[in-house]
Amino acid sequence: MISRSDVEHVAALARLGLTDDEIDRLVPQLSRILEAVGKLSAVDTSSVGPTAQVIALENVMRDDEPRPSMSREAALAEAPMREGGLLRVPVVLEEGR
Amino acid sequence: MPATLPLADRTIAEVAELLRRREVSSRDLVEACLARIARDGERLNTFLAIAGERALASADAADAALKAGEGAKKPLLGIPYALKDIFVTRALDDDGRPNSGLPTTAGSRILEGYRCAYASDAEERLGNAGAVLLGKTNLDEFAMGSSNENSAFGPVHNPWDESLVPGGSSGGSAAAVASGQAFFATGTDTGGSIRQPASLSGIVGFKPTYGRVSRYGMVAFASSLDQCGPLARSVPDAAAVLQALAGYDPRDSTSVDLPVPDYAAALTGDVQGLRLGVPREYFVAGMEPGVEAAVRAAIGFLEGLGAEIVEVSLPSTDHGLATYYIITPAEASANLARYDGIRYGPSAGSDDLLENYLRTRGSGFGPEVKRRIILGTYALSAGYYDAYYVKAQQVRTLIKAEFDSVLATVDAVLAPTSPTVAFKIGAKTDDPLLMYLNDACTLPVNIAGLPGISVPCGLSDGLPVGFQVIGRAFDEPTVLRVADAYQRASGFADLRPPTAYD
Repeated sequence: MISRSDVEHVAALARLGLTDDEIDRLVPQLSRILEAVGKLSAVDTSSVGPTAQVIALENVMRDDEPRPSMSREAALAEAPMREGGLLRVPVVLEEGR
Repeated sequence: MPATLPLADRTIAEVAELLRRREVSSRDLVEACLARIARDGERLNTFLAIAGERALASADAADAALKAGEGAKKPLLGIPYALKDIFVTRALDDDGRPNSGLPTTAGSRILEGYRCAYASDAEERLGNAGAVLLGKTNLDEFAMGSSNENSAFGPVHNPWDESLVPGGSSGGSAAAVASGQAFFATGTDTGGSIRQPASLSGIVGFKPTYGRVSRYGMVAFASSLDQCGPLARSVPDAAAVLQALAGYDPRDSTSVDLPVPDYAAALTGDVQGLRLGVPREYFVAGMEPGVEAAVRAAIGFLEGLGAEIVEVSLPSTDHGLATYYIITPAEASANLARYDGIRYGPSAGSDDLLENYLRTRGSGFGPEVKRRIILGTYALSAGYYDAYYVKAQQVRTLIKAEFDSVLATVDAVLAPTSPTVAFKIGAKTDDPLLMYLNDACTLPVNIAGLPGISVPCGLSDGLPVGFQVIGRAFDEPTVLRVADAYQRASGFADLRPPTAYD
């Protein structure tokens, strides 16, 4: 039902590094789980819409006014890499790449 | 059973009265809990972080406040408690330096050592009510599990029998409250994670209506189902904690701005004239006979107290598990995208961005979390979105509509909490689907967003059994009323594990 390449594809979409052993275990497990959850396809839902959340809420708006927020020092304190009051990240776009 | 339980094993109601009469101090209560933590904490693996010194200092402040007569304003003043380690606690000052606050792990290596810069709504509200934080309890990683075996920091053991699981994902909270290490604890419940461990550990666990308690500062698993609630030793205790937790919070966009009723006032002890529905679909194949017998006996008992018991039908119950295991992994895969090794948490430190994501996330998440990220990403991916995710959301509509229709004819629904009592550590870890069945009776309640409580109703093979009272949205008072009336009259209010006796 689900192949090794499916798992590799989905893992890449999820930015999740998996070892060969992990993929070996996941293929049969996910096949069984998908088979079990796939039985929903037999349920007649032609007359109902999807429910994303159960409480009837409307969008909540507030005025767009500045207010106190987390300090820069606190926001950066846990970052693995930082530089000059900023988060440091690996290069995303570089010339010739 | 001794006539008087040790201090650490009594209810909040009892020790609050002792505090009020100044027969014990908050320091006495904290010391009693810390003594239990010292005796049983490591063995049961209940806590991931303990704030002993800070708790003693808070207790002394609470004792001073009690002396000054502030007890009436702060209903939990001086009561020691634990937070499930999925609630962030403020552990950084504004200047970014660590303070005396506790780290937050969510049971995951990907947050190991993480110090949050803000407090969860639960930490704030319980602090405002005067409760004293003892520490943070072990859990299944990101609350994904039913046995607490998915914690990156080792399994929790059941105080009734150490070879057994305490249930999950709030297993540390359940074991801590059951074994006298805290007078109450918070939990989160996405598919049963408060009620199922409460059932397996012989205590009370209450999942309120979705939207009743703020999710602010609760590390997100599946945002349309996650809800915060109390684990406690009695229904009045759970009601008192819910009173402190409930209320509108503009920081949670699904928090509902409705008045909070007086929950203690609902505890009349009287169920005469209430119509209680028993859905036939909840007594399923695979349910242990001893569990079914205890739950049926509890239903009979409530009938004896004057409630009218009627059989009802929730025909889509059987689809709950499949619906849940599409919706929650899908939401989890989106929520867990934030763990990128850039803003906080451990990082693989690679110079290549993609490589850094793959390695940070590959080494930071445990097996169950990876399984659910893959499953959820698959269900949301192009070509499968309609077949899995939209379909599950449509079945969700059916499940909710059935509950709404049944609850229009009865005041509450009675059901088992878990099909089994506590099972051996390791018994179900090789078979995810077998493990998922633990939540078959609890997860439909989350799918429908309703309030549900688990209350102890006796023992099977010497192990605790719980049953659920499920109510209409925001009708926590009726749920509490039924649960309390049962617990008062049942004789199981003093159910405690063997470890309760010093």
